[in-house]
Amino acid sequence: MDDTATPAGGTRWTGNKWVGRPMSRLEDAALLTGRGRYTGDIDVPGTLEAVFVRSTVASGEILGIDTTAALDRPGVQAVVTATDLAATPGLTALLEREGFVTTTMPLLATDGVRYAGEPVAVVLASDRARAEDGAESVVVEIAEKPAVISIDQVREGGAGAVHEEAPDNILLDSTLFSDDLDSVLESSHLVVTKRVDTGRVVALPMEGRSAHAHWDGDRLTLHTSTQVPHMVRSAVAEQMGLMENQVRVVAPDVGGGFGQKCVVAREEVIVAVLARMLDRPVRWVEDRGENIVASFAGHEQVHEMTAGFTAEGVLTALSTDVWCDVGAYSAYPFTCAVEPLMAAGELPGPYRVPRYAARGVAVTTNKSPTAPYRGVSRPQITLAVERLLDEAAARLGIDRAEIRRRNLIRPEDFPYTGANLVTYDAGTYGESLEMCLAELGYDRWPERQERARAEGRLLGLGFVCFSERTGYGTPVFAGRGMAVTPGFDTAVVAMDPTGGVTVTTGVSAHGQGHATTFAQIVADRLGVEPSQVRVIEGDTDAVPFGWGTFGSRSIVIGGSAAHRAAGRLAEKLARLAAHRLEAAPADIVLENGSAHVRGTPARSVSLAAIAHDAHIAVQHLPEDEEPGLEARDSYDPPGTFSNATHGAIVEIDPGTGGVSIERYVVVEDCGVVINPLIVDGQVHGGVAQGIACALYEGLDFDEEGQCRTATLMDYLMPTAMEIPDFELHHLETPSEHSSTGAKGMGEGGTIGAPACVVSAVADAVAHLGIPVDRIPVTPQYLALAIGAATDNPDPGEQT
Amino acid sequence: MKPAAFTYHRAESVEHAVSLLGELGEDAKVIAGGQSLVALMNMRLARPSALVDVSGVRGLHHMVLEPSGELRIGALVTHAAIEDYPLVIPGFEILPKAAALVGHWPIRTRGTFGGSIAHADPTSEWCLVAVLHGARMVIEGPGGSRTLGSEDFFGGPFMTDLGHDELLTEVVLTEPRERSAIREFARRAGDFAIVSAAVAYDIVNGRMSGARVALGGVASVAVRAPAAEAELEGAEATPEVFARASRAAAEDLQPPSDLHGSADYRRRLVRVLTERALADTLAGD
Repeated sequence: MDDTATPAGGTRWTGNKWVGRPMSRLEDAALLTGRGRYTGDIDVPGTLEAVFVRSTVASGEILGIDTTAALDRPGVQAVVTATDLAATPGLTALLEREGFVTTTMPLLATDGVRYAGEPVAVVLASDRARAEDGAESVVVEIAEKPAVISIDQVREGGAGAVHEEAPDNILLDSTLFSDDLDSVLESSHLVVTKRVDTGRVVALPMEGRSAHAHWDGDRLTLHTSTQVPHMVRSAVAEQMGLMENQVRVVAPDVGGGFGQKCVVAREEVIVAVLARMLDRPVRWVEDRGENIVASFAGHEQVHEMTAGFTAEGVLTALSTDVWCDVGAYSAYPFTCAVEPLMAAGELPGPYRVPRYAARGVAVTTNKSPTAPYRGVSRPQITLAVERLLDEAAARLGIDRAEIRRRNLIRPEDFPYTGANLVTYDAGTYGESLEMCLAELGYDRWPERQERARAEGRLLGLGFVCFSERTGYGTPVFAGRGMAVTPGFDTAVVAMDPTGGVTVTTGVSAHGQGHATTFAQIVADRLGVEPSQVRVIEGDTDAVPFGWGTFGSRSIVIGGSAAHRAAGRLAEKLARLAAHRLEAAPADIVLENGSAHVRGTPARSVSLAAIAHDAHIAVQHLPEDEEPGLEARDSYDPPGTFSNATHGAIVEIDPGTGGVSIERYVVVEDCGVVINPLIVDGQVHGGVAQGIACALYEGLDFDEEGQCRTATLMDYLMPTAMEIPDFELHHLETPSEHSSTGAKGMGEGGTIGAPACVVSAVADAVAHLGIPVDRIPVTPQYLALAIGAATDNPDPGEQT
Repeated sequence: MKPAAFTYHRAESVEHAVSLLGELGEDAKVIAGGQSLVALMNMRLARPSALVDVSGVRGLHHMVLEPSGELRIGALVTHAAIEDYPLVIPGFEILPKAAALVGHWPIRTRGTFGGSIAHADPTSEWCLVAVLHGARMVIEGPGGSRTLGSEDFFGGPFMTDLGHDELLTEVVLTEPRERSAIREFARRAGDFAIVSAAVAYDIVNGRMSGARVALGGVASVAVRAPAAEAELEGAEATPEVFARASRAAAEDLQPPSDLHGSADYRRRLVRVLTERALADTLAGD
């Protein structure tokens, strides 16, 4: 972008030399050669291992906890229950909004348990195996109560209350947009009603959650696998009654988060509390079983929509009720409202809807609590609206592409403010659709599908359009009523006496490659090489206050802050260089580690020489300049929209119902691409996760609320074998709402893929009248439905 | 996910292993490749008091084709060794195809044939092959050796006739067949199959003879499908016959319903996979 986004003004670099380059990631050498340092690697002598005793039942009253036998096990040093933590208030996520019921998540279950997997006690021992020995010796007596396990059960009424504060198990019921649509629907040519159900998934980062705490008598150091170090610091200080300057939170290398680590976990707080209570370092490393049954899940929703269309397929009105199963607790600080408010607030997505009504409901159940999960409700609203459009197109006899063309936001509409009061900045909605269709060979598709059907093969083509709002600023979170209101972020860019550059920011990478992309941005601003730029994040002692990394915010907000701060530093470098070169600051160009006078490259001085003087020989500075080379800036955006069209061709095996993906095409516009390798990697990972949601993953609970998918043998996270090659194409509409022109894009893959795969699967069986409105779509469902529809004893040739 | 405490003993020979198992009592377990047992131990679903490691025992790594046509497979032969065996083993061409379906490659390099048979997972490929080929299990115990047919060896899911002080040393596959094939369906590559089907027959005077159909994932152990075999026996190997036999295979089954598949779905898979396996036997024609 041009430089007007920087407060300092002026243009003194020669264009983007590093931004846009497919640079290999600077952090990878360490990570790929075993030199990464994760929370589990933190070792302080005397560290105790913590293992949580977790409730084996989903709902019940705790009658007693007997720790005697556990304390007798060799190596067990302590067993802690809620009684020992009475001084901590528990985590209360607050929302100032009508229809929200406040609940508290105690650090350990106090009188009742609300899900199978809820922590009831902690055993501390000299090593993990002995701590597990102790944990299995803790006897927890629970009077079991019937479990509340589904949205439909809550809606039918009569279920017991998960929380006393919410007798009807509704923690939020919020009408975001109330519009009387009846008259519009009555006069519409076609009214479509549709219900879409999406399964409950868990993020499964490669590194589970973990924490290591060390109390030195006055101050706490907490290493934790988090996306949000400052939020953890605030929560821990509050729970322990400390000033925040007594708490240092460090997120070392973090092996993925996907949202699961952007909320504060009770386990990480407990580890901190116990380190002080026991005066011993304490470590907890979550195992895979805990991550599946006891960590934060997401995405389980029911959408009930009614939409009106003209005979030409133009949307006249849309109303939706979104029901979200938020599980047993409201996660701090985002609250359980994050899914319903996001869904109801953004459902129309990339489509123009003149009249809109939306209600978001959070239902509490006896299942593990939810946190934002990559995509946060956008995968669900995309699935919902795309299923709606496919059905409307079929019923109106309009081509699926054409109905989208008639409803997408058009280039002349930008900036477009929808009936949901969201303002979209410029994007390439129509263009990405056309490009994707061309790539897929959509024109020739009907013949190909017919030929395949004649051979007994079930081929389907699907495509979906979506918008991906990224870089949510303070107004969005404030508008929701969040008591803890994220939004801005800050960066400090400093040049040391040798000319080395250090960037510290409040965003916090957990796999996104900030050490590379932020170095690229800053290197271009300062005219240095990215290898000379060191990026420090995730240590609250070292970085400015910030909100961490979630919601595709880092490149938009942190990247802009770094861009602006680097611009300020560039201004100072130019002034100091101008002083040395006896030129005007406006004529100074920073390039290749030097400052020179525009048009006269020979009149130059190295940045290292300027940096030396700025620190070590300040007598050479102009009189009005302060010593040092450090600049700081913050950024708080209005938000910016990436967009994409995903397209896929799938084949269903009519015998087994197995779905294979023949092609997967993504046409994506995330504005200025800082690093194409990283952007492509985000798309790959995101689409894989979306395919997982569409076809494989789903937490399954029995009537007692027991998770039946408690291992990776039963919870079907797909492997590289199930994921196809991807065909990626990029369009580039620079954002007006970030300093670099970049838009966020960490979630788009996950947003588009479930709907895209479902659309293709539905197309493959459309002629058989098989509805596909529920994910994950299982081979069993498809095979039995195909069998019933064809009533054919011979399931066709093998495929 | 750390196992409960156990003691570890390394056996030097079959006799040593048997004697260790006798000394260590009923809660001791044999470990070879550890690909199933270690996971169960880490989840504390298995809690052996002692492990007797037989992976260093010599003389259990053989594959010997007897003049009778039977194939003797040492218990410690790995899945990968069978998958990568450089020669065609006449009458047992199904072996490398089945091996390739066992877990993932790293698992196959450590997991053993004998370990799979002794573990007796009802959807294990090797249990299926054992039933298809009328396997005899050679068992060493304190009183010497004994031999059991697969119908007597497998007692149920993860249950066999092996005594706590006995060691499975060898499996003898019998009834070589000119043509054989295996098919299975799993949600992900390398998973245990929801249903698996293996078929084998000879061609005598242009007709199928000695037909065998075995199914996994439909009962507590791998089973034969006699009705399907009867349809095949003496008939010509044609798609029509195959379709009939596949329907017969599915008809009498009462498969279990669980998270991975309902009884109806499993019946459908039996029909589909049996028919496809039979079709595979014609692939060389």
